[in-house]
Amino acid sequence: MTQIKTIAIKEFKDYFISPIAYIVISLFLIVTGWFFFSTFFIYDRADLRDFFSLLPITFSFIIPAITMRLFAEEKNVGSYETLLTLPVSFKDIALGKFAAATLFSMAMLLPTLSYPIFIAFIGEIDPGPVIGGYLGAICLAAAYCSIGIFASSLTRNQIIAFIIGCAFCFTLTILDRMLFFMPAKLLAVIQHIGASSHFNNISKGIIDSRDIIYFISVIFIFIFSTYLVMHEKN
Amino acid sequence: MIEVQNLTKFYNDFCAVDRISLTIPKGEILGLLGPNGAGKTTTLRMLTGYFKPTQGTIKVKDLLMPDDTIKIKSLIGYLPESAPLYYNMLVYDYLEYVAKIKGIDTEEKRLERFKELSKLCGLSGIMDKPISTLSKGLKQRVGLAHAMMTDPEILILDEPTSGLDPNQIAEIRDIIKAIGKEKTIVFSTHILSEAEATCDRIAIINKGKIVAHDSTKNLKQSVKKDSIIRLTLCDAPEDEALALLKNISPELEIKPVPSASKEEASFEITTLNEHDLRKDIYLAVKKTDWILTELNKETQALEKIFQDLTREDA
Repeated sequence: MTQIKTIAIKEFKDYFISPIAYIVISLFLIVTGWFFFSTFFIYDRADLRDFFSLLPITFSFIIPAITMRLFAEEKNVGSYETLLTLPVSFKDIALGKFAAATLFSMAMLLPTLSYPIFIAFIGEIDPGPVIGGYLGAICLAAAYCSIGIFASSLTRNQIIAFIIGCAFCFTLTILDRMLFFMPAKLLAVIQHIGASSHFNNISKGIIDSRDIIYFISVIFIFIFSTYLVMHEKN
Repeated sequence: MIEVQNLTKFYNDFCAVDRISLTIPKGEILGLLGPNGAGKTTTLRMLTGYFKPTQGTIKVKDLLMPDDTIKIKSLIGYLPESAPLYYNMLVYDYLEYVAKIKGIDTEEKRLERFKELSKLCGLSGIMDKPISTLSKGLKQRVGLAHAMMTDPEILILDEPTSGLDPNQIAEIRDIIKAIGKEKTIVFSTHILSEAEATCDRIAIINKGKIVAHDSTKNLKQSVKKDSIIRLTLCDAPEDEALALLKNISPELEIKPVPSASKEEASFEITTLNEHDLRKDIYLAVKKTDWILTELNKETQALEKIFQDLTREDA
């Protein structure tokens, strides 16, 4: 446990040593801020529904950019060898990196808390969907982080890791809008695999164990796959 | 301390390491010699648990790979080739991170250890510098500090002196010798003089196989007969000098070599028997009025063995 913590803290700090963190956070805030506030006063509603409905799409591009370096860079520089010969288990390495990426996504969401505070001043805001929305956002970010880490463990090239990560996340995001093209028998299964419907449920303020279990299983599957890839590649 | 049996590693179809067996007792410095691509790094990587062997067993103390890999890793300090570190971290932060992972849990213990290490590896002036700004030699020292963090019983160093300047090479060698007194050290190199100067035992690897494995002394003795004498004479005409040398013993192989100035004549004399010829040469030259400026015996034992065992057509 302490080793997971040590690795997580080190990786989290690493984000802020290089300019990547600041670039990614600004990009995220500009994109979400623009899309949210451009129509906010036209709709004239005191809620964050538009902000949260955009998150799955923005996350599916931003999160892989956060996670792409976690394994790929180490393999490229060679420090992967240093890391793997330290007395840490593969599981701890994967979990530590996952925790760091998830923490960083939460840090990225932190400035957006100013939106509900700002809205609370000018109108009456219902706290339920806001809390649910942030909880859903954290679940979604964690799930996408696990996917991104898996993508990063596959290659030593960060750009390839980014593209693979985006492909996975984007597929999960748009899967339930593609139902039209799917065979009728598989509809229920495919809808369940897509991330958006689960996220939407939570962000409405409905916290259903099925949705939580969905996110936990995605995280588990991809962290476990990362672990298997690490085993297979050495 | 370390027992390796039938260690084999395949990369797809290519056999990088072929059934290597080694036993390394406690407190010994073992040099792994071999040409480039012989399988030295692969062997060391398997010893440290970074690569999984295709076949064979590795036993460290009573621990067996792969079941106790993590325990074995905590007994071993490893310096990979060209010391790949986290380049964006400060030296101090990096060492602290390593110390934490290696289980030095309190701040005081860490500080104490850092002080010892910075003295041993000469890090005192660079603790606050980013690793990316350090020169190769300094990075190597940080890597060495990393390897020795918990004062491990076994040190595995992969070409610790490659790419360093002569002063740094001497420093690293001194460190290896100093810590080698009580620790088991395995290191790879392709510099023969280095192995000769530091190792208790030498294993020569070629094409993934161990082709020689013995104590440094024994290895050198096994070809002691073959030595080269370098002789330089001043004011001596070459043909007269040659005649004189032939006189000493007719079966000598004498090769004139270009000398530094016109007045000097230089020769390389290869002897095949154990008898030290330098005495005879000196006594012969003494009778003339030439001036003896160089008389030097070079034993090329290791070079000879190395070349014989690892040359392509051998």
